[in-house]
Amino acid sequence: MRSQTQRRVFLVAMAGLAAFLVWGMAGLPRFGTFAGAYSQFLNAHAVAQRAATNVVAAITFDYRGFDTMGEEFILFAAVVGVAILLRTQRDEEERSPTEEAEGRHAPAASNAVRALGLAMVGPIVVFGVYVVAHGHLSPGGGFQGGVVLATGALLVYLSGEYVTLRRVRPEHLIDAAESAGAGGYVAIGVLGLAMTGSFLENVLPLGRPGALLSAGIILPINAAVGLEVAAGFVLLLSEFLEQTLVLQPRGGGTP
Amino acid sequence: MIGHLPQLVAVWLFAVGLYGIVTSRNLVHMVICLSVAQSSTYVLLLSIGFRAGGTAPIFLDVPVGTRAVDPVVKALALTDVVVGATVTALLLALAVQAHKRHGTLDPEEFRSLRG
Amino acid sequence: MTVLLAVVLLGVAAAGTATVLTRDPLDQAVAASFFGLLLGVLFLVLQAPDVALSQITVGAVALPLMILLALAKIRRQEGTRSGQGAGSPPERPEGRR
Repeated sequence: MRSQTQRRVFLVAMAGLAAFLVWGMAGLPRFGTFAGAYSQFLNAHAVAQRAATNVVAAITFDYRGFDTMGEEFILFAAVVGVAILLRTQRDEEERSPTEEAEGRHAPAASNAVRALGLAMVGPIVVFGVYVVAHGHLSPGGGFQGGVVLATGALLVYLSGEYVTLRRVRPEHLIDAAESAGAGGYVAIGVLGLAMTGSFLENVLPLGRPGALLSAGIILPINAAVGLEVAAGFVLLLSEFLEQTLVLQPRGGGTP
Repeated sequence: MIGHLPQLVAVWLFAVGLYGIVTSRNLVHMVICLSVAQSSTYVLLLSIGFRAGGTAPIFLDVPVGTRAVDPVVKALALTDVVVGATVTALLLALAVQAHKRHGTLDPEEFRSLRG
Repeated sequence: MTVLLAVVLLGVAAAGTATVLTRDPLDQAVAASFFGLLLGVLFLVLQAPDVALSQITVGAVALPLMILLALAKIRRQEGTRSGQGAGSPPERPEGRR
């Protein structure tokens, strides 16, 4: 009964809030007629100023690079949080994944799945690197490319090869890669600070818009962010997988 | 009214997600409803910056000066999507540990546990 | 406001409602994946290809996977707990094993 009253009270309150929100939204300009001065200025001048044809990447990593650094550290903190939460507790122990795999009764992946999955890992990694490297030219960048790279590792697991996944992603290397990505961003900012006195100033040569090596520091920042996001997601994945497949209560658990 | 359809959809998604959170009996279900409520903000942001007849603000193959949509809100939404998913993963880890400690995923049960 | 945009917006609203109204978390993972895909399509129609790329990789692939892994772990914990003693109380287990 208490949940019924809870539901009713919520519906009444939500109706009030929704009415308020809709009244506020009605004051916005009509859909499709946005005329913000900042965005119009950027669309007209960003390519000339920053030699980056992707204006969104120029905003994210150059004009507002400081905010993106904060977002990247939110991601870093969340991954660290997951690693802490899912650490081996005192009443758990690790079981070798090979003997765990023998004990499980799940059907093994067929050879077709295994072959196709492993064959696609290469193209996915290449595609991820392409998305990261061309962030300042076409849609893409560190965040998207990093997630695509992490799905390459995911494919190895889905093809039924968790043991291979553990061998291929040594944990210390992933931790080091993630920290290197997060620290690399700050290092690039400090480089700008050292050379011109303002943090995250664009100090590398700007080049010609449309060329791969252009837009100054956007390319190194993309690489750092891509490294960090990819390592972060692989770490998240392995933490959850370890919980499911490897950890078990101390004392043998139940067969 | 139809001209404000995107904003209405955003408000609806937010309301629906909030309803799911309030009336949920399972922690994992609650986390997924939270991500639905989060996505309402992306819809709202991107619909505000839209300009009718505009193209994406990427001038690799179109000349500078072509009518394009607002790039600032896209920059906001882009990092938001990835970071939001990571925070959702953190909440899922919390749910797993809560179940390990208390044996239940029902938020109503947590209230009666002491110490 | 084209017909395509209106259709995709209504589809997103319907998928979001369906995701919330699905009570079982296992079914909800699939519904959330579909919702993420539709959201990616909406972002594409709103001329935001990079946001759509993020949303599809994250919301349709990475997030449902983590939900499924969390559920697998929880189900495994429940199996262990019920195997130790029938009807163990939902409070903290008695002392250290």
